[in-house]
Amino acid sequence: MVKQEREIGNRPDNTAFTQQRLPAWQPMLSAGIVIPGFVLIGLAFIGIGVALFVTSRSIQVLEMDYTGVEPTSPCFRCSDPDVKNCVCNLAFNIDTLFKGPVFFYYGLSNYFQNYRKYSVSKDDDQLSGDLDNFESPSDTCSPYETVGSVPIVPCGSIANSMFNDTFKLYQIVNGNEKLVPFDGKGIAWWTDYNVKYRNPSVTPLKNAFNNTVKPISWPKPAYELDTSDAANNGFINQDFLVWMRTAALPDFRKLYRRITEGDYAKGLPAGNYTLKIAYNYPVLSFQGRKMVVFSNVSWMGGKNEFLGIAYLVVGSMCVFMSIVMLIVYAKFKFPEED
Amino acid sequence: MGMDFSTLRTLISRYCVGEENWVDSRTIYIGHKEPPPGTEAFIQQRYPDNRIVSSKYTFWNFVPKNMFEQFRRVANFYFLIIFLVQLIIDTPTSPITSGLPLFFVITVTAIKQGYEDWLRHKADNSVNQCPIHVVQHGKVVRKQSRKLRVGDVVFMKENETFPCDLILLSTSRDDGTCYVTTASLDGESSHKTYYAVQDTKAFNTEEEVDSIHATIECEQPQPDLYKFVGRINIYMDNEPVARPLGSENLLLRGATLKNTEHIYAVAIYTGMETKMALNYQSKTQKRSAVEKSMNAYLVVYLCILISKAIINTALKYVWQADSNRDEPWYNDRTDTERQRHIVIRAFTDFLAFMVLFNYIIPVSMYVTVEMQKFLGSYFIMWDDEMFDEELGERAVVNTSDLNEELGQVEYVFTDKTGTLTENNMEFIECCVDGHVYVPDVICNGQVMPGATSMDMIDTSPGPGAREHEELFFRALCLCHTVQVKEEETVDGIKHGIHQGKSTSFYISSSPDEVALVEGMKRLGFTYLRLKDSHMEILNREDEIERFELLEVLTFDSVRRRMSVIVRSTTGERYLFCKGADSSIFPRVVSGKVEQVRARVEHNAVEGLRTLCVAYRPLSPEQYQEVCHLLNGAKLALHDRDKRLAEAYDVIEKDLILLGATAVEDRLQEKAADTIESLHKAGMKVWVLTGDKMETAAATCYASKLFHRNTQILELTTKRTEEQSLHDVLFDLSRTVLRQHGGMARDTFSGLSGDCTDYGLIIDGATLSAVMRPSQEDSNSGNYKEIFLEICRNCSAVLCCRMAPLQKAQIVKLIKASEEHPITLAIGDGANDVSMILEAHVGIGIMGKEGRQAVRNSDYAIPKFKHLKKILLVHGHYYYIRISELVQYFFYKNVCFIFPQFLYQFFCGFSQQPLYDTAYLTLYNISFTSLPILLYSLIEQHINMDILKKDPSLYRDIAKNSLLRWRIFIYWTILGVYDAIVMFFGAYFLFDNTTFTSNGQMFGNWTFGTLVFTVLVFTVTFKLALDTHYWTWINHFVIWGSLIFFVVFSLLWGGIIWPFLNYQRMYYVFMQMLSSGPAWFSIILLITASLLPDVLKKVICRALWPTTTERIQNADKLYKGHLSEFTPLASLHAPPKAGGHRRGSGNQRNAPNPRRSEPFSKKIMFTRWQRTPDYSTFTPLLRFADGSRFSKQGHAYSGAGPETSV
Repeated sequence: MVKQEREIGNRPDNTAFTQQRLPAWQPMLSAGIVIPGFVLIGLAFIGIGVALFVTSRSIQVLEMDYTGVEPTSPCFRCSDPDVKNCVCNLAFNIDTLFKGPVFFYYGLSNYFQNYRKYSVSKDDDQLSGDLDNFESPSDTCSPYETVGSVPIVPCGSIANSMFNDTFKLYQIVNGNEKLVPFDGKGIAWWTDYNVKYRNPSVTPLKNAFNNTVKPISWPKPAYELDTSDAANNGFINQDFLVWMRTAALPDFRKLYRRITEGDYAKGLPAGNYTLKIAYNYPVLSFQGRKMVVFSNVSWMGGKNEFLGIAYLVVGSMCVFMSIVMLIVYAKFKFPEED
Repeated sequence: MGMDFSTLRTLISRYCVGEENWVDSRTIYIGHKEPPPGTEAFIQQRYPDNRIVSSKYTFWNFVPKNMFEQFRRVANFYFLIIFLVQLIIDTPTSPITSGLPLFFVITVTAIKQGYEDWLRHKADNSVNQCPIHVVQHGKVVRKQSRKLRVGDVVFMKENETFPCDLILLSTSRDDGTCYVTTASLDGESSHKTYYAVQDTKAFNTEEEVDSIHATIECEQPQPDLYKFVGRINIYMDNEPVARPLGSENLLLRGATLKNTEHIYAVAIYTGMETKMALNYQSKTQKRSAVEKSMNAYLVVYLCILISKAIINTALKYVWQADSNRDEPWYNDRTDTERQRHIVIRAFTDFLAFMVLFNYIIPVSMYVTVEMQKFLGSYFIMWDDEMFDEELGERAVVNTSDLNEELGQVEYVFTDKTGTLTENNMEFIECCVDGHVYVPDVICNGQVMPGATSMDMIDTSPGPGAREHEELFFRALCLCHTVQVKEEETVDGIKHGIHQGKSTSFYISSSPDEVALVEGMKRLGFTYLRLKDSHMEILNREDEIERFELLEVLTFDSVRRRMSVIVRSTTGERYLFCKGADSSIFPRVVSGKVEQVRARVEHNAVEGLRTLCVAYRPLSPEQYQEVCHLLNGAKLALHDRDKRLAEAYDVIEKDLILLGATAVEDRLQEKAADTIESLHKAGMKVWVLTGDKMETAAATCYASKLFHRNTQILELTTKRTEEQSLHDVLFDLSRTVLRQHGGMARDTFSGLSGDCTDYGLIIDGATLSAVMRPSQEDSNSGNYKEIFLEICRNCSAVLCCRMAPLQKAQIVKLIKASEEHPITLAIGDGANDVSMILEAHVGIGIMGKEGRQAVRNSDYAIPKFKHLKKILLVHGHYYYIRISELVQYFFYKNVCFIFPQFLYQFFCGFSQQPLYDTAYLTLYNISFTSLPILLYSLIEQHINMDILKKDPSLYRDIAKNSLLRWRIFIYWTILGVYDAIVMFFGAYFLFDNTTFTSNGQMFGNWTFGTLVFTVLVFTVTFKLALDTHYWTWINHFVIWGSLIFFVVFSLLWGGIIWPFLNYQRMYYVFMQMLSSGPAWFSIILLITASLLPDVLKKVICRALWPTTTERIQNADKLYKGHLSEFTPLASLHAPPKAGGHRRGSGNQRNAPNPRRSEPFSKKIMFTRWQRTPDYSTFTPLLRFADGSRFSKQGHAYSGAGPETSV
């Protein structure tokens, strides 16, 4: 009697789980599945690859270096760090219609925005409009934390090194310069502009910056970044926001303006153009380069042949491998066949 | 047999170094009464109170002590160091990234340990506060258990558990005995009898007990449960009477009083000094082979980590030689940084790189491995197939650390009795002076007709023989330590119903004795009981004979015999002795030795356990001398065992041989099948037994350890007497090696089927000669080598006449041999404990010889047959699972960290992390941990049934094959490849282009997130590709953890987190998902990462399939019903399985292992006689097929044809 009870008590539960007999799907990577699978994946990838490649081909890109290293370069004169307020004119010509919308980028190379110390050198609380951090910026901002004892706003290396060349594009129409209107709205992430970066709720904005100094390298304080548009000042200035999103790699581009308005909504027509560059930003000290880029985009973004080619390569590898496997399969006769 | 605990003793004494420094003995005043003046003054010692503390921590020291213990583990310490480095220096990642996982791990462990300790506290408290009755001033007083002091007289009632170690003073029974069960101590549930000292047994009321005036001298506490020496001095009329105290007087803490109304006893060892507490030692930690590989890999990864950090630091300073790179204008340093010395800067950088890459050594691997082991071991306990109906027991896991080691076993050392055999003894026959008596056939001593054909038996017993016969039966009825348990005493109601019927049965710690006494009962002599030192026997004429039991010379495994001295009613004194033939024959002076020896040998060949019985009449003078000898030895406080042994040796001599008995121990159910499976699985099975060579060999044949075509090599005393050990060893090795060479040739010519395999028989004496360390010549040192060489070439080895320690020695020898094979020891008795502890994996059988083996084992199973499932199925699964777990963990961390390493080349070696803090922290603990944990719990690459049916699959994982360096390197290279694909894939995609159709650019965190997303999907899919067993849980966990990653990322980037001082991940993930090219590149990179592995798998499976893969394919083809259609053997890879497939067919078909195969016995015999003449049928064998066995035949059907596929 006692023994029986014990037996029942001690007997393991006889469930599928405890007995490791749960119903299961037991797939096997056998050639029979893998070869057709590879062929299918391969064909699909080749298809996507072709589509991406063709799309990428259709994108127009115009890239021009204006660092001014070579003496022939129009900006050679400006590249001298002693020259201030230098403007150089970069003339270029477009053969065919540059389909719109055209995006205008500036690019920097050999510029490490991803230096660890650099990329943390900002104060997110300050940038979200927290007045406490106006008074005492986070020490991550050092050495651009304070000047003397006066806090820098916006503090940190990133803000301090903000790109400050400005560009104006003119089309030469009958010998006259015709300004191509730039659209500076929406070049930064919507969330950066609307949520992440906030100006302190002080009006006028200028008052919030009392008892602070502008970043050392800046010609103007933050609240005067865009004199033409009051809503584009302070921390929610579009150019500032673009700059603050640090680039992943040392050669990078940042969106400067879009060309979407007026006569140029359909693109830049063929013709001669002049780009007037207010040359301020020093890059030669670290062997950097500056460039401007005109580009249009497709549904899959900017010009990038790599993706299409990679798809084609992987796709054809799949097909090739399936052929190899088929040969192996036929030659060595898989064991289950006999 | 089951009574030998010397090994345990030595093992335990290992833990108690320093014992010698104590005061040798202690003196206890019973009831705290001072001895009468004039007696020797004793030094009063301080004794601990009776508080039991099994808990490790107190409330106050828990945190520091637990932390200390946890950080003693290398892995935890490593992460602590990393964490501290992160706190101290300015490092790329926040201390949270390593602090949180570490905190998590430490907290989980601490909670687990704290909970366990709390349970222990609770248990301790309930024990320490339980009320105890103590006699004080003639009254019984209640006390809390913890307040009990040495010297207190305790009053115990039936079914109460002893609170401390007690010396029995008196009991409610007149004879001063009490019954006790020690089930909680050693698992033996039988009732043991304990005795009160003759002089105190009459004091059985409070007042009387209070008046006892006595002191006890005894040794200081020591952990051996079965050893106790002491002396009680009773002062009667101020004249001390000294009586010996032994373990039969000592009631141990934890034991329970049974069948006795009450007792009085005095506390001698209390609290932590009780034997139970002293036995509370933890076993030495065993480490599995997998763990060793894991640590080796860890070292490799540590080297990789350090070299990565060094490379990066060096490159950083080379690269920064240009000051514009070192400090461009946009990234100015602070003044303090500029002033720092370059060496310090370099060192800080090195540490920062270490911190950045430290995730390559995954903190969570240890937790996952531990959880896998802990949770996985439940599958063993839950296994219904390993549940034994009869015993009501299931498998027990004592150490979950060794689960995977079960899949790596190369040598199996098994005990014979109780392990291979049932230890269910049945009396078969006895032989008195050559006359054979079989209980089944006759009731009045008539000679069995079948036996008359044997010419050596004198068929007409004369009057002398008649006398011997009577003596023999009485001897067996008297010479034992069997107790009679009467059912009536257990249950009062039953008493009424069964009155008049004999419901008593025998209990003994040795099943042989029970079998003998029961056999005697069937032959007409019934042992009734032991009452007032008189043993009562009911003889054939239904008369009660009474013998006074004078002395018991207890059994021990060195003497291998026991004796009793009795006095008959007529006043004659006899010494009856029974024991192994080898220990009796040398002491016999007369009797029909030759006939008995012949019979014993014959029975031994049959696999029966034989005992010889002899007697010696003692004259009163002789008896006096004996008494003197024994008392002298018994009263000794020092070396009592040794002196007793010497006394026994003197007393047990000049014996007159009466006869021999044969008891059968049946093979356990499916023992043969199990051994066969183990052989096919490539394991070498050794039988280590204390039994006789012939008996053991017969069992080996029956259990298919030796086959008909096994050539037996002998390394026994018999041979070494003829030749020197040296010659024998060289002879044997030559034989084996020649055959070995021949075999190689045979395999070429395809004749491998004919080659013989070898079986070796060695006995204890020869073994110790082989093992003896070299003394004079250096040659003998090689004996071990030669012996090992021989063993290596034998498929089966039988070691007989083994002392328990020798068993451990053998295991150690094999363990230490060149290949360092993984050993497994399995046994059921206390004599197997040493080898169970020594072997890599120790398995205990829940047998009849108590729980010693079970308690000391790593795993305990109810029956030997369960070994098959635990090794072939569970072991195999665990190994597959954990090896994948280990490899996968390293792989996924290479994938994780290598991109970050590559990124350093593109961020000016500035230790910029590629991934966000949250990703760094959670990658191992939540995004990728559950799928692999689940995989490592429930993966089944092959169906359980196939694993069981085809043991040779076990060879596929032998020698840690899935954790070889080659495979480890493959995984690592795969990881590096994946990392390169991910990183450079993302790199080229990000190369100066926009990912969105609105022209906006992504930053570095999007870059990292893209890589990370590909990473998480790739490693999870890689695991999915490796999973062969997709239950709903797998689907849930794999897809679930991917969904979790996505949801987490959405959430993490979806909110401005108020507690964070940076918001770098804000909307990064969502922006990425809103871009078409990101999707395309994620798909592309995942595919490209997985392709080579899939390709490798398919090609390898096609070109070089392992047995496992062939069976998987075949199983797939037949949709899981493989076993019904295909003979598995045909699927085996020819070179692997060829040598062992041979003959498997007829082995399988052989329906019955033992009696139906006269052939096996014949060959066995001829081998022993070294005559290769197969046609010699000895008369004995014809007998073996005779009528007797036809009657017995049914008993063996249990071991029937369950092997057929």
